[in-house]
Amino acid sequence: MDKLIIAGRSFSSRLMVGTGKFASHQLMAAALESSASDIVTVALRRVDIDRPEDDLLAHIDRNKYLLLPNTSGARDAEEAVRLARLARAAGCEPWIKLEVTPDPYYLLPDPIETLKAAEILVKEGFVVLPYINADPVLAKHLQEAGVATVMPLGAPIGTNKGVRTRDSIAIIIEQAIVPVVVDAGLGAPSHAAEAMEMGADAVLVNTALAVAAEPARMAAAFAKGVEAGREAYLAGLGVVRQQADASSPLTGFLRDES
Amino acid sequence: MSQLTVNGKPLAIAMPASVASLLHHLDFNPSKVAVELNGSIAPLARFDTTELNCNDRLELVCFVGGG
Repeated sequence: MDKLIIAGRSFSSRLMVGTGKFASHQLMAAALESSASDIVTVALRRVDIDRPEDDLLAHIDRNKYLLLPNTSGARDAEEAVRLARLARAAGCEPWIKLEVTPDPYYLLPDPIETLKAAEILVKEGFVVLPYINADPVLAKHLQEAGVATVMPLGAPIGTNKGVRTRDSIAIIIEQAIVPVVVDAGLGAPSHAAEAMEMGADAVLVNTALAVAAEPARMAAAFAKGVEAGREAYLAGLGVVRQQADASSPLTGFLRDES
Repeated sequence: MSQLTVNGKPLAIAMPASVASLLHHLDFNPSKVAVELNGSIAPLARFDTTELNCNDRLELVCFVGGG
């Protein structure tokens, strides 16, 4: 596959993988391995003072994967900025997946607070990858603010519904000056392939892998879906038509023309 | 003993104390935790020398699985 370039950095894989909801760290690590991903997301949470740490990072090879912390749980720009700063203080590179989701039911991103946080974080030197609704106008504002990608949702997080925001994502892709990463809602490799066929630069998947009966196997399937979609996009898909357009010659039939 | 608020809960600790001694007291590996002290980042390199005062508010966070 051709390389994915984000903020001047080159990646071999166009599949990003989340680390949440896996039944064990071992299953998560196996899924990362077979996804062949280069970028993996993690979240930040308060440590439980009464319980010894459950060390996620012991299972993620930092030489192999770029750790992309998210600001999940943030309800406004201020909380997102605090989380980003904490992630950097925890020894991460200054890359941040910016998420501001005040609504607990659909986890839809708040566009105003996301833009506000992005402006602050870009100024502080962060490479900002904002999770957004598939809103082309917001995507434009964020790009003007200097974000490194835009990450429109296909469907709400964890729903496995696929690319329900197709038409709006197509406009975002058409107008984008940074990579477009379709994030959230992708439940099957065909969904990932669809996003890539449309010209998305990458996809991010978590739930679909974590809830699979065999996460590592599903991760490999998604990797194939992403690769197939990318190759199809580069090869150039045919135009969608209303009427039939014969594949076989329309001459030489076993009848006399009248 | 002085009263701190750590992750929203009260915690009494003997003074003088630093961020490093608090983490030691709680049995946390300093390299696995990020610390916010009264709303500002306490850098790892200065855990030893960052003194704590009565009524300080601390947030201790670590990485967990997430998308």
